Order: sequence, then structure tokens, then C-alpha cells
Amino acid sequence: MINVIPPGLIFIIGAFFVPLLKGRVQSVYLLLLPVLSFVNLIYISEGTHGVISFLDYQIIFCRIDRLSLVWGYIFHIIAFLTILYGINMKKDNEFMAGLFYAGCAIGAVFSGDLISLFCFWEMMTIGSVLLIWARKTRKSINAGFRYALVHFFGGVILLVGIILYSYENGSIEFGYIGLSGLGSYFIFFGFGVNCAWPFLHSWLTDAYPESTILGTVFLSAFTTKTAVYVLARSFPGTEALIWIGTLMTAFPIFFAVIENDLRRVLSYSLINQVGFMVVGIGIGTELSINGTAAHAFAHILYKSLLFMSMGAVMYRTGKINATDLGGLYRTMPLTCIFCIVGAASISAFPLFSGFVSKSMVMSAAADKHLIITWFTLVFASAGVFHHSGIKIPFFAFFGHDSGIRTKEAPLNMLIAMGIAAALCIFIGAFPATLYNILPFPVDYVPYTMSHVMSQLQLLMFSALAFTLLYLSAIYPSEIRAINVDIDWLYRKGASGFLWLLNNPLAWFGNQVKTTVFITIPQAFVWFSRNPLVALKVAGNNITIALFEESFTKEKVERIRTRIAEVLTDYPGDAIRYSHVGTTVIWAMGFLLAYLIIYIVSGRIAL
Amino acid sequence: MSKKYLFDNPRNVKILLILLFGGCLALVIINFFVHKHAHFSWEEWSGFYAAYGFVACVGLVLAAKFILRKIVKRSEDYYD
Repeated sequence: MINVIPPGLIFIIGAFFVPLLKGRVQSVYLLLLPVLSFVNLIYISEGTHGVISFLDYQIIFCRIDRLSLVWGYIFHIIAFLTILYGINMKKDNEFMAGLFYAGCAIGAVFSGDLISLFCFWEMMTIGSVLLIWARKTRKSINAGFRYALVHFFGGVILLVGIILYSYENGSIEFGYIGLSGLGSYFIFFGFGVNCAWPFLHSWLTDAYPESTILGTVFLSAFTTKTAVYVLARSFPGTEALIWIGTLMTAFPIFFAVIENDLRRVLSYSLINQVGFMVVGIGIGTELSINGTAAHAFAHILYKSLLFMSMGAVMYRTGKINATDLGGLYRTMPLTCIFCIVGAASISAFPLFSGFVSKSMVMSAAADKHLIITWFTLVFASAGVFHHSGIKIPFFAFFGHDSGIRTKEAPLNMLIAMGIAAALCIFIGAFPATLYNILPFPVDYVPYTMSHVMSQLQLLMFSALAFTLLYLSAIYPSEIRAINVDIDWLYRKGASGFLWLLNNPLAWFGNQVKTTVFITIPQAFVWFSRNPLVALKVAGNNITIALFEESFTKEKVERIRTRIAEVLTDYPGDAIRYSHVGTTVIWAMGFLLAYLIIYIVSGRIAL
Repeated sequence: MSKKYLFDNPRNVKILLILLFGGCLALVIINFFVHKHAHFSWEEWSGFYAAYGFVACVGLVLAAKFILRKIVKRSEDYYD
């Protein structure tokens, strides 16, 4: 019985009414949707609602507990801010796709069974592909197709996993799964594709920067964080996740340092930040799961804020490459300040949101004495400050003066960024508010003198390193170039595969075709026109080949001439004339043979 | 002449740099007077985080510039 409106449904249904409305009414409608959905959410009590029976299964659309609520809250907040941010752009299609996408993410977070989770999961892919395509450039359309292929591949793996899992366990309930049994491995991998694990990550850095200004802000919030949620729900304490997450925090920062497209830099740092959450899930203690949830909450805010600020730059200048930008603080001071707030938050400066969330995961890692992981996480913290904290604001707003003098971002964008920035500072300054909504009771104190000092040292000396490297011109200058990543495998691999099909394989196929259907039948036809002569020619040829050395030159010459003569008027007269007597003798010979066979076989039978 | 902005004046850039260097120095000094609550023994070494942050960033940049970029850099129309 459904006695509540499942969270997410308001977004999904609401999305379809967007194009029917115009102007102010549409704006008000768009802003009201997340508010309405949020009010609906907080009035649903914790527990399981919205259960319907489907075949033999229980489909649960609304499972409210403390874990899902963290994601539910932040998804609503960010959907509201993103809509506010884009409201001046009047892009019906993007709002439709974005609302649908956000609604599916919320639906996935609150679904209590694997079937509805899978449905929302796949619908999210559709929504996000539409957001990527909305840019309508050739690049974005291609990137959207690649994104769709990767995610549908991941979806199929997930579906296989769900089928196997439900067969193995006789239940489709979505709770703790853990790595046991074949089905769980498939599910694990399917979640991993959306979580942008190393080697599965390049759909993210490939597609996100190709979407629209608004689209990228939407995209940055939902897909990976939904994957983090499902992993936290179903695979907490899975040790593999510690290593996967550790790798995720480390490798993207190297790419981010040399990347020119600033939204791609942010995409790499997104993977890095999700890495912290994945490590938290892998550790699996109450502190680390709290850390993952808190970090997801904080991360969605500051990452969206950073994407919003870069979007505002793109909106005003039409450019996003570091080589084309610089010096924008002059004319976009507010955007610049908001960007710096986002940068300080992602870098985990004390009093900003990253500081109170990321450190929970790191403390959890230290508690478990995971030395390699801990060193990597500290390295990644310094690294993320380096590329997201410094590089993004520096190359966009400071650095060399690009000469661009533009206007400040539109008011609604400023308000959206301002709210996001205020929330980042609020969470950083008053972490208790965030800690109160976490899944487990928190007794973690982020603001100890020791912690603040060590974090400040780490960050200030990272900044020092950047400054010295920049002043000494060792810092890699921005270059108009792209950097290949693992997507090279399928982007070049696919065209290589096509080349292989079109060239060697096609040639081989043609050879087989001509041999089997043309050359061999023709040879048979030729042979059957006069088999006797054909055999004679063949015999002569073989004779020459075998005995050429022992024959005299004249004899060889004679045989060759004869072959040539015969072949010239081949098939010639195919009928062999002979005397009637010869035929009779042959016939008698055969009859005699029959007789002998008859007698002999009769004897043997007896 | 066009309007002068904050960092068009080299003096302001200098002030910012002095603030950064001064801040780093101050942190190193304060560091000696702070009781450290540490999980690992090396966290108690003076200036561990400062040194690690600095070395990590220099290493990161050098590795990215001289190794990774050599391997992965392509022209902008590489995939077209």
C-alpha cells in the first residue's frame, strides 16, 4: 500500500510540466518543486513506506533512515541551488532533464529494494545523458554517447548481479550485501562504474566538462554520490574499497595539475574527493561511515559551488580553458570570492566545510593504522589544495591578465553561489549541525589545536610550494593540449577495432568469398568440361615437375608444347570415340566382376 | 588609462607574498609550543606536516610535468 508520496516522485513528475509553463510562472514553479519535495520528505517518518507487491517481490519506494536522509537532504538543497543558479538561462530542456535526473537520484537513495534501485539507476543515466547532449555540440553529443555506453554497460553488470543475488539469497531487499557470492561481485562492480573507480573513471572526466553550464552543476552532484550512498549501504567494511579509494584520491591530482580545461580540473578533483568517501566506506567503522556521509554532504556543496563559479565565468566569457582566462577578479569580484570559498572548503581549511568532514575519514584511517592509506590521503589533501584550491581560482581570476573585462555574474547565479558559500562556511564553523544528521552518534572534535595546526601547516606549505614553483617558472605552464586518459582505450580502441574490421578482416572475408564461391566452382566447371584431358594435362604437368632433370630438353619441350596445344582448344572434343567392341569388352569385364563378387560374397556369407 | 585594480600594483602582490612567507614562518614557530595529539609517532616531529606538504606538492608538480605530461599530452584535435 502506498500511503506516502515517494521522495523523488515530485521531481520526476514535475519535470514533465516544465515546458508547459513560461516566464515567471515557470521560475516560481521550478523553485517551488524542491521545496515541496523537501517538505514532503521531512514529513515522512523514519521507516519503510510505499511498499507494493510486484510478482513475488516487495518493491519499497520509500525507506527512510538516518543514512538515506543525509543524502536526501543534500540532494534537495543542491537541486534547489542549482535551479536558482540556472533560472535566468531559460533552458526548458536542461531543467527537465535535470529535475528528472535529480528525482531519480533521490528515488535511488530512498529505494529499499534492488529492483526499484535498478530502475532509478538506469533512469538517472538517461537524465544525465540528456544533460550532456543539451550542449548540442558535436563533442558533447559524442561524449554523451560514450557516457551512455559506459553506464549502460555498468547497468547491465548491475542487473546481472541483482538477478544472481536474488537467486542466491531469495530476496531483493537492498541492505548489507558484502562480498560473498558471485552476484555480490557483479553488484559491487556495477556500483563501481558509477562511483568512478580507477580505470572506470574516465566517463566522468570525459563527459562532465562537455555538458552545459547548468548541466555540469547538476551532474557533479548526483551520480557519483548516489554510488557512494549505495556502497555505504551495501558494502561497508569491504577492505577492497580502502585500496580503491586510496588510489582514487591520488592519481587524479596528477592529471589535474596538467589539465587546461578548468571544469575538467574540477572533474578530476571530484574523483579525488569521492576517493575519500570510498576509503571511509572501506574502513567501515561508525566514525568512517559518518565521515563518508559528512564528506558527501560537504563535498556536494563546495563542488557545486566551484562548478557554479566556473560556469559563471563560462557564461560571461564563453571560455573555460586556463590558457584563455586570467585576471577576472577585476570584473567578477563576487564570483571570485565565492570560488575562493569553495576552494578553501575543498582544501579543508579550518572554518570551511571540508575541514570538519574529510578529517573524520582520515582519523578513522589513522585509528586503524592504515599507514599507506593515511600517507596517501595526506598527500591527496595537499594535492587537492594545489589544483582545486589554488589552480582553479588562480588561473581563472588571477594569474596573467587575459585582458577580458566582463560583467559580474547575473544576480540569481550570485545568490545561488552565495548561499552555497555561506553553507560551506556555516558547516565549517558550526559542524554540530551537520554532525547531528549523520547516521551514527558523533563524538568527534575537529577543532583541536593540534589538528588545526597540522592542517594549516600542510596547506600553507603547499601554498608556499606553489608560489615558489610559480615564481621560478617551474610550475607547468598551461598548454593548449589535451591529456589522454584511460578513455583512450575505448576511443582509440574502438576506431582501431573498426580499422581492423575494415581492413585485414574485410580482406580476409573477401578472399574466402572469392575462393569458395568463385575460384573453386569455376575450377570444377572447367574440369568437368573435359575431365579426361584435364587429368592428362595435370599428369603431364606433374611428370615435368618430377622428372624434368632426367628428361632430355627436347622431350620436356615436346610435352610443354603438347600441353599448350591441348589447353588452347580446351575443352576440345569432349566425346571419346571408340569401337563398339571395346565397349562390349568393358561390359563383359564388369559382368565378370559382378559374378566374382556374387560368388565370393555368397561363400563368405555361408 | 584603464582602471587600476588591486593586484595591478606590484606593492600589493608583494604584501601578499610577505603574508604567505610570514604565515609559514609563524606556523613553524608556533608549532614548537603546541601539544600534539598524534596517531603516528612521526606526527609528533616538528614540522612534519609542513615538510610533507611542501615535498608532496613539489613532487606532485614535477612528476605531473616531467613524467605524466610526457606520456599523455596530445594536440587538441587528437580525437577528431
